[in-house]
Amino acid sequence: MPALPLDEAGKYVAGAYVVLFTLVVVYIAIMAAKISRIERELTDLADLADKREPDEREPEIERDGEPVA
Amino acid sequence: MYSKGLKPLSIATVVVVATWLALVFFYAPLDADQGFVQKIFYVHVPLAIVALCGFVAGGIFAIRHLRSGDRSYDVKSYVAIHMSIIFGTAVLITGAIWAKAAWGHWWVWDEPVLVSFLVVFLLYCVYYPLRFSIEDPDRQARYSSVFAIAAGAFVPINFAAVRMAESFTHPRVLSQTGGSMPGEMRLTFLVGILAMTLLFVTLWKFELSSKNASMQLKRLRRRLEATA
Repeated sequence: MPALPLDEAGKYVAGAYVVLFTLVVVYIAIMAAKISRIERELTDLADLADKREPDEREPEIERDGEPVA
Repeated sequence: MYSKGLKPLSIATVVVVATWLALVFFYAPLDADQGFVQKIFYVHVPLAIVALCGFVAGGIFAIRHLRSGDRSYDVKSYVAIHMSIIFGTAVLITGAIWAKAAWGHWWVWDEPVLVSFLVVFLLYCVYYPLRFSIEDPDRQARYSSVFAIAAGAFVPINFAAVRMAESFTHPRVLSQTGGSMPGEMRLTFLVGILAMTLLFVTLWKFELSSKNASMQLKRLRRRLEATA
């Protein structure tokens, strides 16, 4: 088959490189979604730990007789 | 733990990918036979080489998992195979585009290189249902490792078989005598392999880091909820 003219070949070449970069961009978007989920879960866990902390510190506060800043 | 060195690796990947693209479009000469369409070669072949090496790496990590019992090697094997499937998808699509431009057909069934890559790709597509159909984590890791080793051994055997097959349709670009590429094309091709390797390793480390963070979060949640 003879070589394609530049204007026609350009579409195929652009298509091939766009495929690679589209896959990379889609992958990065999926990773971004995963990181957002991890961040949300981390915030939930931090809230859970914050809620538990005052309960655990109560005896200490009572012993010292003054609130902890 | 997995994110160690990720920042310099990401920067190196961006620099090498940019250099590779500059070499492809501004340095490598036009092919005398195929003309501008041959530029697809610089993305298609490095992607294929790196995808196949990723499958083999998945098998090597699986061997280390079975020998040591360390679950982190199973995760590394799984992520390497996962990345290779993504790269393999790009290989099949870019290959079809190149085939259409060069041969006038999207797919040629009597071409051993194309069909053998498709066979390897489909073989690894079986890995996902196999892995996720097993609920017990230890059995899942063990069975997945056995599959990764068997399939990983198939990749070089398949490659050697195709090399031995008589075909003049698919161009031979690498051989023990150096192939038939001029220096500029060879340099661009080698930088392409380096760029795709760095891209693979960077994405692999990102995925590992994300999986590790998820696992540590689950562990932390279990401990917090257990003591609540």
